[in-house]
Amino acid sequence: MYLSGVGIIFNIGRYTRFIATVMRKPDKWTIFRRQLIQEMTIIGTDSVGIVALLSVFMGAVMCLQTAHQISGWIPVYTIGFTVRQTMILEFSPTLIPVILAGKVGSNIASQLGTMRVTEQIDALEIMGVNSAGFLVLPKIIAGFICLPALVVMSMGLGLASGAGIALLTGVSSMADFEYGLQVDFVSYDVVYAIIKTTVFALIMTSVSAYHGYFTSGGALEVAKSSTKAVVYSVVIIMLTNLVLTKLLLT
Amino acid sequence: MIEVKNISKSFGKHTVLKNVSATFEKGKVNFIIGRSGSGKSVLTKCTVGLLEPDDGHVFFDGRNFTTMNRRQRKEIRKEIGMLFQGGALFDSMTVEENVKFPLKMFSDMDEEAMSSRVADCLTRVELDGHGDKYPGELSGGMQKRVGIARAISMNPKYLFCDEPNSGLDPQTAIVIDNLIVDITREYGMTTVVVSHDMNSVIEASDTIHFIHEGEIAFKGDNAEMMVSDSETLNDFIYASKLMRKLRDKSSK
Repeated sequence: MYLSGVGIIFNIGRYTRFIATVMRKPDKWTIFRRQLIQEMTIIGTDSVGIVALLSVFMGAVMCLQTAHQISGWIPVYTIGFTVRQTMILEFSPTLIPVILAGKVGSNIASQLGTMRVTEQIDALEIMGVNSAGFLVLPKIIAGFICLPALVVMSMGLGLASGAGIALLTGVSSMADFEYGLQVDFVSYDVVYAIIKTTVFALIMTSVSAYHGYFTSGGALEVAKSSTKAVVYSVVIIMLTNLVLTKLLLT
Repeated sequence: MIEVKNISKSFGKHTVLKNVSATFEKGKVNFIIGRSGSGKSVLTKCTVGLLEPDDGHVFFDGRNFTTMNRRQRKEIRKEIGMLFQGGALFDSMTVEENVKFPLKMFSDMDEEAMSSRVADCLTRVELDGHGDKYPGELSGGMQKRVGIARAISMNPKYLFCDEPNSGLDPQTAIVIDNLIVDITREYGMTTVVVSHDMNSVIEASDTIHFIHEGEIAFKGDNAEMMVSDSETLNDFIYASKLMRKLRDKSSK
């Protein structure tokens, strides 16, 4: 159903209607604010550790790999330059959302899927609550706020760890590394990264929520929804990455 | 009073409800009974708007729910309380927060008034002192009672109960049945109970609608049901050995 032509059109239509329902004004702002803070904790604060760990190692590895590949006539400052471009253009804004699509996306899908199969979503609807908006809007807004912040943090940590490992191993002097970080720097690259991240935040939270919200059946279907949420989020992020790169950089 | 008129519902090629009409009276416990898959849960979901019927109308005290827009439906839904089969309590909230939730969403009460109302509801279902527990810490019967407390917190005009006794032992089931009857009388609500538990039907019903293969095969009260000559209804009622023994005993 999902991959057939009719299935794709059906899912795009249902997803669009779902997002239109999610984006309605919250029933009560005080409750929305409280939920937003909870979601920011789950999506943002709880992800700081894994994002920091990956970024530090990626910056360091990128530095060592570049140092390994440059020879003779390639200037040493290329190490800092390569680490900067990799972290800012691709690793932080694309791979961090992909990794979080696994961590946060499966969490969102399984939470909503469980609520669906245990009739908690029906209970909200019966009370007159816009269940899609009530449950999903705080997650999307939290994603918009937290993901760019995490990505900026990832960029900083990646560059810092690159510099640190360069100094520790002696593959580059600090002056060369710093020069590499600054040479031909285009601030628009950071803007491009933030734009990409914001779009990926929407994809990661809404696609996962969509799969969880429309779960039917029991525990097995919740697990399937969780898997689908991750797979579809990652695939859509990758496709969107290609489109956005073409539109924003070339 | 709730009136269901000529409701039909299909899923793909499978027709679940065929032109069903029923009236659920105010101040009474109205049962919808039938075998699993007969269409009783679908009828309830069509009545409360969780499913859209393909055809037909639902009236809440003369107000046509089926033709209402989202905003109008929201107002009606504030008058509906529902007890779900599994309780459908919010796992992340305590008992008190669960019961308080509709009040927080839709009432203008201050915190003190809300807490007082929650305490009243919990007392009504005999769960004083359990407010700070989470649903996972409660037994099935207690979860059902919390579900009832949440359903009545907004003083609803209409109460729907989907299989309120499923998974409960006979004694706890009677406690829940009695609670539903008492609350219906006390609040003057229109109560609709979906069940296939004959003990519960005998214990608590004022009116009975028997659904068979998507159609209403019998309407009446307890006494009428027991002397009905409908073969499908009798097959359903006397499916258990206990009920057959009772029938044989009373006929001697």
